[in-house]
Amino acid sequence: MTPPPLLALERLTRTFGALNAVNGVSLSVPARERRVIIGPNGAGKTTLFNLITGHLAPSAGRIVLEGAPVTGLPPHAIARRGLSRSFQRNSLFPRLPVLENLRLAAAADGVGSWRLLGRVERLAAPLARARETAEAVGLAERLDVLAGALSYGEQRQLEVGLALATRPRLLLLDEPTAGMSPEETARMTRMLEGLPRDITLLIIEHDMDVVASLADQVTVLHYGEVLTEGSFAHVKADPRVYEVYLGSA
Amino acid sequence: MRVRVALFVLAVAAVAAFPLGAGPYPVKLLQEILIFGIFALSLDLLMGYAGMVSFGHSAFFGIGAYTAALTLVKWPGLTTALLVPAAAAAVGALVIGFFSIRVSGVYFIMLTLAFSQMFHAVAFQNSFLGAEDGLVGVPRPDVLGLSIGTLGRFHAYLLVIVGLLALFVWRVTRSPFGHVLRGIHENEARMQAVGYPVGRYKLAAFVLAGTVAGVAGALYTQFQGSVSPDAFLWTTSGQALLMVIIGGTGTLGGAFLGAAAFILLQSLVSSYTERWMLILGLTFVLLVLFAPGGIVGTLRGRVGLRA
Repeated sequence: MTPPPLLALERLTRTFGALNAVNGVSLSVPARERRVIIGPNGAGKTTLFNLITGHLAPSAGRIVLEGAPVTGLPPHAIARRGLSRSFQRNSLFPRLPVLENLRLAAAADGVGSWRLLGRVERLAAPLARARETAEAVGLAERLDVLAGALSYGEQRQLEVGLALATRPRLLLLDEPTAGMSPEETARMTRMLEGLPRDITLLIIEHDMDVVASLADQVTVLHYGEVLTEGSFAHVKADPRVYEVYLGSA
Repeated sequence: MRVRVALFVLAVAAVAAFPLGAGPYPVKLLQEILIFGIFALSLDLLMGYAGMVSFGHSAFFGIGAYTAALTLVKWPGLTTALLVPAAAAAVGALVIGFFSIRVSGVYFIMLTLAFSQMFHAVAFQNSFLGAEDGLVGVPRPDVLGLSIGTLGRFHAYLLVIVGLLALFVWRVTRSPFGHVLRGIHENEARMQAVGYPVGRYKLAAFVLAGTVAGVAGALYTQFQGSVSPDAFLWTTSGQALLMVIIGGTGTLGGAFLGAAAFILLQSLVSSYTERWMLILGLTFVLLVLFAPGGIVGTLRGRVGLRA
């Protein structure tokens, strides 16, 4: 028997009034895969992420994480099952230093975070993980800088860092290179490529160079439905994809 | 860090020595400042660290004050003077917090206000609680076999309790739990997204702040020897809010400075004119306009003292 996929979506649907933002999406992501979701603006990509992470309740359908349904659980409970995400728009702790940003994320598993009298510096594990993560996302030299004072590109790196610091098994990245310069995009891509394979990736991305270098599999979303999926070469060769997405770009 | 410890030790020493060189009226004013200072401090924990602005903090001050009054009459002792009121306030905060933390911002303000006014209505009408007259003739407990009836002894007792509570709250703000509260203040949605059960932390902060406020209320009953329904009134919450803002939100020490500024100004101005509220109001408007960081924030800017 094959193990259940890390993430399985079963006919997931979300309507806003008369609009089917996500319409019967079924998707299966096996462990260790790097899956990229593409699609034109308004295809329902971010809504899909919000459903998976519990930020939105589905109108119908199920979300199954490692064989266990997580539909309807609040975001923090889903995060604690090893699923973490970054946001399309930076969501940081702007008045706290980089290290404290990452430490808060690293300590989110709750061990020690209820201590009323201990000292933060004495909880070594989250602090060590925060430093590791800073190294991984290229912010090791900026630990004492307030997150709000970082450059946009660095804030983007920290945004991914916050998601990474929780040591997820499944990492959802919502347009990690959005708004970045070509050099910053290249650096971010290298960083993502260098992530350990046991972190399964689900990425929304618009930059086709990034898609080409990262994706094992690509899923194309259009009007809230899966248009097609397969390798990047396969998807790129599909005339419908060219029409709805690549053609319009 | 060292500056803070030095300031704390200096403040404690000054307060301890104060009765040696001052008459009974100034000493009483200082005692009132200590009690309202710790009350404001508990609100600052909620506002300045967890980012939850409550306009119903008088509920816990009142619960503590009434519980102390009711129990001290029958069993005067340290347990009834401090622990029982603290526990009662904690239970009250758990119940009010359970409902209130579901909303935030203005709705949180309104809900906490409504709860505290409900308590006021009950205290005002219930004859068991002395109705509008409140409860009078509350004895002070003996501490370590000594009566604290005299001004000097009560001063020492007050200083020890208030000092320990302030230290406790200060440690909490430095603890992992305190850092979680600051994270929630900064970005609640992200805290939830990385896996913190934000609601539980907010409830814990609310209960903690309510418990300390309850002890402040109990101390106030012992200070006055009586309690009136005013303890529950929204103006009591408003005073604490003003003290925190005047002193500097999120600074802890500011709570005491704010309480001192408020109480001294009140006693000073009211001895000159009937319209003291007007003068007080104008002073606060000017303070907030020209020193938005409060006393501590302004001092920090001047001296370059960092957090």
